[in-house]
Amino acid sequence: MKYEKLTTDLLIIGGGTAGCQAAITVRESSDIKILICEKAHIKRSGCLAAGVNALNAYITEGHTPKDYVEYARKDADGIVRDDLLYSMSERLNKVTKQLEDMGLVILKDENGKYVARGNRNIKINGENIKPLLAAAVEKLPDVTVLNRVNVIDISVTDNKINGAFAIGIENDTFYTIEAKAVMIATGGAAGLYRPNNPGFSRHKMWYPPFNTGAGYAMGIKHGAEMTSLEMRFIALRCKDTIAPTGTLAQGAGAKQINSLGEVYETKYGLTTSERVYGTVNENLEGRGPCYLKTEGISPEKEKSLINAYLNMAPSQTVKWIESGKKISEQNVEIEGTEPYIVGGHTACGFWVDTDRATTISGLFAAGDVAGGCPQKYVTGALAEGEIAALSALRYISENAPTPIPEAEIKAHITETESFLGEDKSVYSTEQLEEAMQTAMDAYAGGIKTNYRFNEKQLDIADMKIRRIEKLSDSLHADDFQELMYIYELRERLTVCRSVIAHLKARHETRWHCFAENLDYPEKDDKNWRKYVNSRLENGEIKIILRELTEEGQRVYEHSHK
Amino acid sequence: MSIAINKRKCIGCGKCRNVCPGTLIKLDVSGKAYIKYPKDCWGCTSCIKECPVYAISFFLGADMGGNGSMVHTEKRDGLLRWVIESPDGKVTNIDIDPKESNKY
Ligand SMILES: Cc1cc2nc3c(=O)[nH]c(=O)nc-3n(C[C@H](O)[C@H](O)[C@H](O)COP(=O)(O)OP(=O)(O)OC[C@H]3O[C@@H](n4cnc5c(N)ncnc54)[C@H](O)[C@@H]3O)c2cc1C
Ligand code: SF4
Ligand code: SF4
Repeated sequence: MKYEKLTTDLLIIGGGTAGCQAAITVRESSDIKILICEKAHIKRSGCLAAGVNALNAYITEGHTPKDYVEYARKDADGIVRDDLLYSMSERLNKVTKQLEDMGLVILKDENGKYVARGNRNIKINGENIKPLLAAAVEKLPDVTVLNRVNVIDISVTDNKINGAFAIGIENDTFYTIEAKAVMIATGGAAGLYRPNNPGFSRHKMWYPPFNTGAGYAMGIKHGAEMTSLEMRFIALRCKDTIAPTGTLAQGAGAKQINSLGEVYETKYGLTTSERVYGTVNENLEGRGPCYLKTEGISPEKEKSLINAYLNMAPSQTVKWIESGKKISEQNVEIEGTEPYIVGGHTACGFWVDTDRATTISGLFAAGDVAGGCPQKYVTGALAEGEIAALSALRYISENAPTPIPEAEIKAHITETESFLGEDKSVYSTEQLEEAMQTAMDAYAGGIKTNYRFNEKQLDIADMKIRRIEKLSDSLHADDFQELMYIYELRERLTVCRSVIAHLKARHETRWHCFAENLDYPEKDDKNWRKYVNSRLENGEIKIILRELTEEGQRVYEHSHK
Repeated sequence: MSIAINKRKCIGCGKCRNVCPGTLIKLDVSGKAYIKYPKDCWGCTSCIKECPVYAISFFLGADMGGNGSMVHTEKRDGLLRWVIESPDGKVTNIDIDPKESNKY
């Protein structure tokens, strides 16, 4: 193992959507040192690797940021922060223009105006969106990008950030990185629950299996306050390929029908969670499988769909072609995915103030890892990357850096050495991962129980996760990649424990499927129009219930400031 | 789903290895690419689009209803061509103009 110590002004953990935009934003006005640590390669890492099909968050003509805020608030049934939603919404169109200037193809009408898909989306060719963003970063002067460097922990003393620790997967290096400010942009967490295709195609999931919740875990371990982790996200997807359904539903106008051919979506409602819930229920009541009705669509639509899916989820196009039937001759079966924790879709993640500062001084969060601000999508992640970057810049000008204590460096090195040392483990990382996913599936509201759970089951889930956590102490890695797998598993376990605690804390069912508590099957507006937050104290998760901020409130500050 | 790399075609440029978001592709002792963790493939097709000699294809796993077709892309005259070869030898080509937006 090699050892390297680095010093920087701003450390960005994760060179994905928000992370790249943060570097671009800082360079517009400052020449401070910037270091991006990315576990993969910024050219095709994170959510955008395969390409995206539309920009889902845009203020279209005739609409205002206020409309967007209201839509997001309604979809999350009130548990959002308006200050975050407004500051994000107000930047959506600016970052879109920036993407277009980078070379993103956006569909325009004859007057040169973007063509809308519904009220909030615009149509693009998003196949190369990540390479475009990465190229913009690579053009910046003096931005250091360390690819294949996986951050394993942050260093915090007296609730102030000192820097982080990382491992170089391909150069067998242990990094100690001191930074004046740190921005976490590691995305959300996939792989906590047993996936739709648990066998050979286990990673054919919606959310990137390589976004393992590292950011949440680092924050949780160091006592950062987290919010709404019980608001899980379950996507409605094309069966088997887990390809998006929005392109068929909102784009091509395909309706959700059951096996009797009845349109059922209107019966349950059209929020994201209601669409999944309806599908689960139709199946439970014997009217499955459920489909998106593509039978009878025009040949022209058919061709556009074949192409659109190639640009974002090519397996679906291949599935159609392999079936030997036209799209217009068969409906597309749909199902819910396993639950994810993803703050770009729901409101879960770091509890941040309007500046995207977490409750740890000098630590900022943006994108899917940041909470309180659902329906962010690509453009919202870019917007938050900007806001967090500007806040970090201000913080750096006002606060002196603090060193990482030697003892902490030693402890982390000892830990990695023990994983890499003599192989005394009974279990492999893969086995423990499976054990974790099976426990979450059966006892914390996975696919197996139609996303439902009760308190007793959650207690069992918690017990099992703690046991697996203990077992993970003696795992063995043959090389640095396997070392990363151990850290990924341990991150997921940390996130699982917090998710379980949050699911248990909300004594109501506000969002079907996302948090379907059988002990409290009804919504309870009287008692539960509240944020469920949490903080780790002395190794135990402490739940903090906070009153909702006002509708229309534009600024929120942490009380410790 | 996962990918397969044709070693005879591979020229060992390492581009696929560089882009894989899961760090799943490695070069063997002879400098040719191989996928070390086939079950961990997300199916993002990044590696396929990088390969200059079209040595990488993807397929749908049997567990997700795959029928054995192998798919790769080729860059031709500014177009991205998707080539889908089914086991019975039938080939479907679909050309995508990267300058054209999705209609939906
Ligand atoms: C398949 C898919 C399709 C989507 N389609 C659309 C769409 O059509 N339209 C739309 O508007 N939105 C879409 N979204 C949502 C949108 O892409 C995301 O919300 C947004 O990109 C999230 O940005 P982020 O920066 O938070 O995460 P990411 O862009 O995923 O960035 C996280 C980065 O952190 C890195 N990382 C993680 N852990 C570590 C670590 N420990 N050390 C170092 N690096 C680390 C990852 O490799 C990654 O590069 C889609 C999402 C997915 C998954
Ligand atoms: S398809 Fe994506 S995840 Fe799979 S090997 Fe290629 S680059 Fe890696
Ligand atoms: S990109 Fe193609 S040629 Fe280059 S190493 Fe990979 S498989 Fe071989």
